[in-house]
This record gives sequence, structure tokens and C-alpha cells, in this order.
Amino acid sequence: MKKNKIQEILGFNILRLCTGFVLLFLIIIFWDIATKGIGSVNWEFLTAAPSKGMTEGGIFPAIVGTFLVTVITAVLAIPLGMACAIYLNEYAKDGTLIRLIRMSIRNLSGVPSIVYGLFGVVLFVQLIKIDTSILAAGLTLGLMTLPWTITASEEALKSVPKSYREGSLALGATKWQTIRTNVLPYSIPGMLTGTILGLARAAGETAPILFTGAAFFLPFLPKSLSDQFMALPYHLYIMSTQHHDIARVRPLAYGTALVLVSLVFCMNFIAIVLRYKLRKVRLE
Amino acid sequence: MSPVTAEPHPKNNRKFNKKMRLVMKEQDKGKKKGSLLKIKVEHFNFFYDTTRALKDIEMQIYANTVVGIIGPSGCGKSTFLRCFNRMNDIIRNVRYQGEIYIDDRNIFDKSVDVVDLRRNVGMVFQKSNPFPKSIFENVAYGLKINGVRDKDFITQKVEKSLKDAVIWDEVKDRLHKSAFALSGGQQQRLCIARALAIEPEVLLLDEPASALDPIATSKIEELIHELKKKYTIIIVTHNMQQAARVSDYTAFIMLGELIEYEETNKIFTNPSKKITEDYVTGRFG
Ligand SMILES: Nc1ncnc2c1ncn2[C@@H]1O[C@H](COP(=O)(O)OP(=O)(O)O)[C@@H](O)[C@H]1O
Ligand SMILES: [Mg+2]
Repeated sequence: MKKNKIQEILGFNILRLCTGFVLLFLIIIFWDIATKGIGSVNWEFLTAAPSKGMTEGGIFPAIVGTFLVTVITAVLAIPLGMACAIYLNEYAKDGTLIRLIRMSIRNLSGVPSIVYGLFGVVLFVQLIKIDTSILAAGLTLGLMTLPWTITASEEALKSVPKSYREGSLALGATKWQTIRTNVLPYSIPGMLTGTILGLARAAGETAPILFTGAAFFLPFLPKSLSDQFMALPYHLYIMSTQHHDIARVRPLAYGTALVLVSLVFCMNFIAIVLRYKLRKVRLE
Repeated sequence: MSPVTAEPHPKNNRKFNKKMRLVMKEQDKGKKKGSLLKIKVEHFNFFYDTTRALKDIEMQIYANTVVGIIGPSGCGKSTFLRCFNRMNDIIRNVRYQGEIYIDDRNIFDKSVDVVDLRRNVGMVFQKSNPFPKSIFENVAYGLKINGVRDKDFITQKVEKSLKDAVIWDEVKDRLHKSAFALSGGQQQRLCIARALAIEPEVLLLDEPASALDPIATSKIEELIHELKKKYTIIIVTHNMQQAARVSDYTAFIMLGELIEYEETNKIFTNPSKKITEDYVTGRFG
């Protein structure tokens, strides 16, 4: 009896230590970025373009670029991902082909982002000839996000109790009616949660947009989706490794990092709020 | 049969027949209940993959009667019940063999639309399963998916269904509140109301009272008594007293076989098979 008690306390504290360790790193990283970056983040930094060989000015074009690319990503990944998930989870009969598709989707979510970047160049830029642009980069990121969206959406669909479906079918509803009126309304928040997490990850990616449309420096904002663009992660990459005077622009790089990290945190926060709301609806 | 044969052309006069049936039912209360054959099960087998869950079942069910299905757990009661509205279709790798006729129509015939069948054969599940919607929306759901748009009609129908399911008085002041706030017994009656709203002819009940307290159970049982005036009811129950109380006929199933199917009275007082007697007297099960 006593031995068990000691074991429990020990085990519990080891787990607590591990969690604390992980959290510590997150805090250190964020603290580092925040303290060194906050000095350069001001209104001008957020609303002006870089100037004087990117040694002064702000990151407005990069914010706009990242925003636009993320919108394209969402437009591709959300409807397509949900449709795939609905088909796989509700309609597809379990067979070799479907199992193969599922396995591919799982594997695709583990493919390194640089591979998506290269694939995007070949497919969108060289084959379909969209040219390096917001559209090409957004579509590439969309492809990268799809496996996440599909998996998250499938999980959300699975979490809707079987009894809702059976109850609806037993009342003479067709399958599609059942899905539309008695499954989707309860799974869409879950689908969106997963999707937003996927988008947040996409917004912070550099490799997929590197060859597909991100520009080193543009003096003006993109006018259409077929223009090239500046993006926060790529700008950060340049400021911290490619600039001719790295030491001088270091504060600007930290500022950019702070904005990017805050953006991703914000998106994750929205996802968490959505999930919380969803749980509350379920329990009512 | 004498009142019918006394009339010159009984067979050609459907209206008359219907009337006579009602008369007969009044007269024969407690004896031969209902004379209209509603459901006929012939050489019926059911397979989960390769497992034969139902074996060569033969059964005839009359309109406006309550048929109780009893048997040890896992014997195939739910499986059998879910065949009447083809709910088993949604399970993968199942196979039917033989026929079930409802109103002389084989429900497994290719020409039968399973959606129509389910409109006609309502089902209430063992675990009450209200949708996470308001009480009103739960009952209106079946009407709406079946294309009813008339708001007044829906409102009336919802009220009528809730009254028929004897839950109206308890919910009339909170129709637009969530159905999840209801008690277990209320939820189950709500599910019955939901099934009634689309006016099925046959009602399938799978252990509708198994999770309920005695008061809620007796309410459901009274309700079943009321409902059989309008519906043909098949009810699965593991509770022997309940079967004896509510059903006119009782079917005893074991290991997928229909051991005995008789008037309830006979099954419980004078069964023709030893094993039935053992079961209803609680010697096993
Ligand atoms: N979906 C299924 N797949 C395979 N076997 C099943 C399935 N559902 C039930 N069974 C089996 O069929 C038999 C009858 O089950 P069921 O009809 O649920 O019994 P009851 O309702 O009488 O307790 C059991 O042996 C059970 O294990
Ligand atoms: Mg059962």
C-alpha cells in the first residue's frame, strides 16, 4: 500500500517535470523573441514598407503577402479537405483502395515542406504555368495543408455519435440529408479547429513559397493574385541569414519574428476558443 | 368469423370489411386480436459476414397488435428488429436471405425504396437518442426532411405527436429548449413522439424502457397500450413481466432461432416447449 503511494507520487512528479521542461523552452523562446523584438515593433513597423536596402522601415508588404497567401491556402484546403473527409468517412466502402488512400494521406502529412515547394514549382509554375505568384504559393501551401485538414475533418466526423445518424436514417432521411442536417452541424467546429491549426502552420512555412512566388524585396504591394509577394517567414529568413548587414538589421529580424509568432499564436488561440465553444454546445 | 360470413359479399366490400374488423376486435378483446395480416416473415435468415445471426424465422404479425420479442441477451432480438426497417443495411458485410412482407410487399424487393420503408416503419432505439436540437425541432425533424414546409401543419403535428406520446404536458412550456435537458424517461418518450410525427404504420421498439426507472417504465407501457390502436408494434424486451404486460403475442428467440411464437397468455402460462417454460420462469437467461 505504502509502496504504491510512493510510486504514484514519484511518477506524477516526473510527468509534471517533463511538462514543465517543455513549457520552459516555449517560454524561453517567446521571451527571447519578445524582449529583443518589442523595441522595433511600432505603428510604422507594421504599416510601412522596408526602406534603405531593408535596413529601415517596416514589414507591411510581408504581412499583406502572408495574409493573402493564407487566404488562398484556406480557399483550397477547407472545402476540398472537408469534401474528402466526408467522402472517406461517410460514403467510401472500406477496401484496399480506400485503405491505400488513407495511408497516403497520413504519409503526406509527414512529407517535408521543401518537397511540397519543389512539387509546387513543377506542377503550378512549370506545368500549369501560373507563374511564380501568390496563387501558385497559396495552392502549394494548400496542398501541404490538405492532409491535415482531411485528417482533422475525419476525426470531427467520427466524433459525431452513431446514434444521431441512425436516428435520422430511421426517420426516413436519405444519407445526404442525414449528413447535412445531423452530422455536419456538429462536426464543422471541430473541422475548423483542425483546419485553422493547419493554416497556422502553413502561414509560418518558408520552403513551399520559396520557389513558388515569395520575393526577396518588392517596393510595392501585390496588385493581383498573379503577382509575386513578400511573406513574413521568408522576410525573416532573409533578415537573419541573407542580408548584407545582418548585425545591423537584427532588431528588425526580431521584430518580424515577434509579429509572425504572435500571428500563429492568435490563430491557434482562435482554434482553441472554437474547440471550447464546441464542447460547450455538446454538453448542453 | 360469423359476423363476416353472414353478409352477402363481404370480400368485395373493403369498407365493410374494415368496419367489421373493428367490430370483431371489440368483441374478441383479449382473444383473437386483429385479423388483418400486417407482416409476414418467411424463411428468414440473417448473416453478419459469415455468422448466421437469425435462423429460418417464420412469423405472422397482425395489424394493431403488440408483439413482444424476448430471449437471452445476444440471441438476435435487436438484429431481428432492425431487419423490419432494414436498419442493418448500414452495417457492412451483412446478408439477408428469405422474405419479410409488410402489407404483402417484400421489403427486400429491388423496387422498394429503403427511405420510404423507414418512413413507414418507425423505430425507437434502446438508448434514447434525441438530437442536440430543441424539443420542437426534434419532433419536427422527420417532417422537415420529408419535405413538409407548411409551418402551421408542422406546429400542429408536433403538438399532436407529443400528446400521443404523453409528454406534451411536461414539455409544452419549453418546446424550444434543448432536448438534452429532459430526463431519461422524457427523452425516450420524445423519441417516440419523433417517430410518431411521420405517421408510420409499424413501430419498432428496442428495449425502450431498459434504462428507465419504474415510473417512467410504466408510463411507456401505458403509452404502448394506447398506441396499438393506431400502430402495429414490435417490442424487444429483456423484462419478462413487461412482455407479459404489454404484448398480445410473444416470440421467444434463442441463439437466432424462433423457439416459440404464441399468444402472450399461452407463452407465459402454458408454453408448448420445455425450454420456453424454463426461460419464462427464469430458470436461465
Ligand atoms: N454489427 C455486428 N456485427 C457482427 N455481429 C454482430 C453485430 N451486431 C450484433 N452481432 C452479433 O449478433 C448476435 C445478436 O446480437 P443482437 O441482435 O444485438 O442480440 P440481442 O439484441 O438479442 O441482445 C450477437 O451474437 C452479436 O454478437
Ligand atoms: Mg439488443
